[in-house]
Amino acid sequence: MDDTAIKVENLSKTFKLPHEKYTSLKSAFVNFYRKRTYETQRALDDISLEIKKGEFFGIIGRNGSGKSTLLKLLAGIYAPTRGTVTINGSLTPFIELGVGFNPELSGRDNVYLNGALLGFNRKQMRAMYKDIVEFAELEKFMDQKLKNYSSGMQVRLAFSIAIRAQSDILLLDEVLAVGDSNFRQKCMEVFHDLKENNRTIVLVSHDTVQIERFCDRVAVIDNSKLIKIDLPSKAIELYDEINKGEELHETPSRKLKITESDEARLIPGYKPASIEATLKDKEITINLPFRLIRKLPEDTVAAITIENEEAHTIYAYTTEQDNDKFELKNTGRRQLTFTIANVFPEGRYFVDAGFFSKDRAITFLKLENFAEVKCEGLPQKEWLIRAPTKLHLK
Amino acid sequence: MIGNYFSKKNRALLAELVRTDFKLRYQGSVLGYAWSLLRPLLLFLILYVVFVQFLKIGQGFPHFPVYLLLGIVLWSFFSEITSQGLSSIVGRGSLIRKIRIPRWVIILSSSISAVINLLLNLIVVAVFAVFNQVEFTSSLLWAPLILLEIYIFALGLSLFLSALYVKYRDISFIWEVILQAGFYLTPILYPLSLITHLTLQKIIILNPMAQAIQDMRYSAVTQETITAYGVFNSGWYRFIPFAIIASVFIAGLLFFKAEAKYFAENV
Repeated sequence: MDDTAIKVENLSKTFKLPHEKYTSLKSAFVNFYRKRTYETQRALDDISLEIKKGEFFGIIGRNGSGKSTLLKLLAGIYAPTRGTVTINGSLTPFIELGVGFNPELSGRDNVYLNGALLGFNRKQMRAMYKDIVEFAELEKFMDQKLKNYSSGMQVRLAFSIAIRAQSDILLLDEVLAVGDSNFRQKCMEVFHDLKENNRTIVLVSHDTVQIERFCDRVAVIDNSKLIKIDLPSKAIELYDEINKGEELHETPSRKLKITESDEARLIPGYKPASIEATLKDKEITINLPFRLIRKLPEDTVAAITIENEEAHTIYAYTTEQDNDKFELKNTGRRQLTFTIANVFPEGRYFVDAGFFSKDRAITFLKLENFAEVKCEGLPQKEWLIRAPTKLHLK
Repeated sequence: MIGNYFSKKNRALLAELVRTDFKLRYQGSVLGYAWSLLRPLLLFLILYVVFVQFLKIGQGFPHFPVYLLLGIVLWSFFSEITSQGLSSIVGRGSLIRKIRIPRWVIILSSSISAVINLLLNLIVVAVFAVFNQVEFTSSLLWAPLILLEIYIFALGLSLFLSALYVKYRDISFIWEVILQAGFYLTPILYPLSLITHLTLQKIIILNPMAQAIQDMRYSAVTQETITAYGVFNSGWYRFIPFAIIASVFIAGLLFFKAEAKYFAENV
């Protein structure tokens, strides 16, 4: 235990998210006898780890993986749902720089206020004041209000105060992102000194460059679970894999959006069609079933557009283009069928279609993402269409 | 144990939070801190003109202007602590989410600025008292204890209300209404002798604020004030206000302690 700074055992944190938040007394009274339903969100699941004294320990993970929750639990800001956090030594109480900075106060007042939050009284702060200001390189600005500082200046000031904290363990949540290279160099020196003095630092980040530069060991957290603790280079490799794996997962289909009118409606219960086309298919057929309630004018225009996954419209057609006849006289259940040459490279496509008055002032029916087309083909995305081409050799 | 709570760190934090509050309050005003004396002085002058000169309430009652002012000062002390305390935890939400500081320091710091205001107001009242030729007697020695009583009562309520406010945002409106009702149910603008119905008088004086204000007037202004002691003739009923205060403070403290763990995630 002697060389252990932080010991975390079977730590879990669950947030209760009430289905309907009772932020008013009335609803609490009204629903008093009804059973409250909660959605429990598990932010951290059974984490155990040990951080040694003098270690620069990194925690890496994607957004929402639970890394900040872990840091807040270490800092004692959150209370654990299960498990324990044992801290050996004193701990900085903050996880972010410049907590409690007030934009309406001068730089000087903010130094004292921030110092008090770290546990320093006026006398101690007065003794350190000059060093803090010098380190932040803000001698000329201390009587100005903080709101007139640039964000870089604020971080410099906050950092200068934070490193005075006499605690054995420092907790930091992505702090080194701001500041010019000169200031960063100074930060590096400070970190080096802190390490020499056997101080422990826990840094949470999703920036692999920061992690690799500073940390001795890194914990990878994903989906509320501790995946692995390893050397920075290996942990980052794993983290990159997790990120890639996420990208391979298909993005969910886009949502069907319907605009109807008194003239035409989509048939009830329509589910977006999923059409698959292989390289052999010369044509793609897309059906649009609808119910015509009233006869539409003769100059009604039908249109279809196809977008690729990057939301580029790569294909568009209207009946105006080729003076195609498009008359809708018979009411009742109808179906419009588009037959399009399969000119698409491999990928997923989303289809919008509809019909409008000639001047586009009236939309009779408009369906966005009403069909999804999956095209097989050459795994090539450099080009947008495969135009049918005839080769003639003389 | 108490020494641990009031460690050097916590005292420094408390002092700095109070100082910040004060600095921000008078920022940008030309007269600055002078307002903390000027404001009550001007407000008292208005009350004096309206109630004593126009409405002629309390005529024939010795030192009524001072009697009236003292009541108002004590009530606004109570109302300031509780309403500032109520919103203090939510108001410092960004701090609570990001730093581990003892939560009660926040409540205490918001109450201390009210204490400072009270002391400044009392100076103004004292000036009025001198002008009104109020005789000071040895019973004035009770005054600090009575102030402490009000402070403990208000602090207990603040602890309870602030923790409740994190969960239910209706509390601020409800408390505003309760304060307004309390203002009229407490003999502040009228002398208690105006209520001739004896049972009603007894019920009114059971309210800790009524008891405290009347006792304060008795000790500082005139012994013609009706106090709880006088109403109940040394019966055990006279201890009810103190029992209310003690139970409110203990309940508030326990509730606050239980809830404080979850402030960071609920606020």
